[in-house]
Amino acid sequence: MADDGRIALSFILNGTAQTVHVAPCDTLLDLIRDQLGLMGTKKGCDMGACGACTVLADGRRIKACLALAASYDGQLITTIEGIGTAEQLHPLQTAFIRHDALQCGYCTPGQILSGIALLSELPKDHQAIREGMSGNLCRCGAYPNIVAAIAEVAGL
Amino acid sequence: MSEAASEATSEAMSRPIGESRLQYVRAVDAADAVALGSRTGATFVAGGTDLIQLLKSGAIAPSALIDISRLPLNDIALKDGGLHLGALARLSDVAANCDVARSHPLITQAIEASACGQVRNMATVGGNLLQRTRCVYFRTEGVACNKRKAGSGCGALAGENRQAALFGGNPLCVATHPSDLAVALVALDAEVEILGRTGSRRIVLTALYSTADNTSHYTPEQDTTLASGELITAVRIANAERFAAHSTYLKVRDRASFEFAVVSIAAALRLHDGVIVEARLAAGGVAARPWRLRHTEAALLGHAPSTPVFTQAAQLVAEGATEGAQPLTNNRFKIALLRNAIVRALETVGGQS
Repeated sequence: MADDGRIALSFILNGTAQTVHVAPCDTLLDLIRDQLGLMGTKKGCDMGACGACTVLADGRRIKACLALAASYDGQLITTIEGIGTAEQLHPLQTAFIRHDALQCGYCTPGQILSGIALLSELPKDHQAIREGMSGNLCRCGAYPNIVAAIAEVAGL
Repeated sequence: MSEAASEATSEAMSRPIGESRLQYVRAVDAADAVALGSRTGATFVAGGTDLIQLLKSGAIAPSALIDISRLPLNDIALKDGGLHLGALARLSDVAANCDVARSHPLITQAIEASACGQVRNMATVGGNLLQRTRCVYFRTEGVACNKRKAGSGCGALAGENRQAALFGGNPLCVATHPSDLAVALVALDAEVEILGRTGSRRIVLTALYSTADNTSHYTPEQDTTLASGELITAVRIANAERFAAHSTYLKVRDRASFEFAVVSIAAALRLHDGVIVEARLAAGGVAARPWRLRHTEAALLGHAPSTPVFTQAAQLVAEGATEGAQPLTNNRFKIALLRNAIVRALETVGGQS
């Protein structure tokens, strides 16, 4: 911990080691956006309902707005910035484009991270994808296209 | 870490937040957690999925967060003739465990019906049992809620009470408990292991919840019977594998996923020679704790499973002399919903006829 009472925290963010100091009440979302300046992870409801803040922690999808930053010391955090680049998109990003799985795009980073984690859980059919993506809201209503994009990458 | 050492640590980690000082301390072992958690204003944090919402909504204002998430209490094991779930086991790990799914499928089903993938990856077994009510008055700043602010009244009593309790409600509080897992565990007669300053103890899960009907000095702001600093270390279920072939969790909700129950039913039967010899029914969304329907259970015994038998037993939920549901202005529909859910769940586990 530092002299000003903040808590020292070391973790790997998108493959790069980071050492930061956080306040006891800081969420992982606030740390990623406000302190580290990565704006791809969105703050929607900030109460765990919408999923726009979804990131991966040690490979598991979580809601960064409900995560106490200090608890994630030593973990491997992946945000949308660590998923693909404009030149080399992740296959799920490509599928989202092909299936028109977004309109305004605000929920898309969270949908992509959640979808990537869901793919690793091997959903067996479209219903499993719908159920598995229930933690991510899309106010534009692109759900059928989101499910189709994930299903395509899952080979369903 | 000694108490003196942790005192120094927590002091150094403190930070002014407005007028108050919020501290963050990582417990090094369970005994350390109990010592740290015993201090006035301290609260445990594990997955944080409910705690952070409570902090953001102002429903709680602790002076110290004791982080227990790294304690080695996340084992999931079938042993000594029962199932042991470490208090810090993640819901997603319990749901994915093949031994649990085979021996206690009711638990797997209840977790799969809970929250969403992201939350299940964060939330822990112990935290799930201790999550607080979703009553809108409790979750909202500046409205009457005896659970949020002692003596401020119960806004739900004559207000928005569609989600309120049917059983065990009282003029001070009509809140319901939101857990799915706890409903399954109560149906299976689960016990919780608790570590405190004077050692460990084990109680039945229903006794964890402080409600007007089971606590002599009941106050709505106190959800549980845990003493200051007491830490749930594990959940244990003994001798419940016999229900594995005939059990189900039915959750009725306003949308198909990522929603709390309006009502839910954990049902388990044991049949012998085609007759029901044991019955377990616990209801969620209808009381401040998972509510066992013991009269309804008793009415099933000795009968061959059939829809008429299930329907007749389920009628008891509204009957004053037996289960005695007591509706408020906007939740009367939950009686019919509960009755129908009981029949549906029993048809699922006992067959339709």
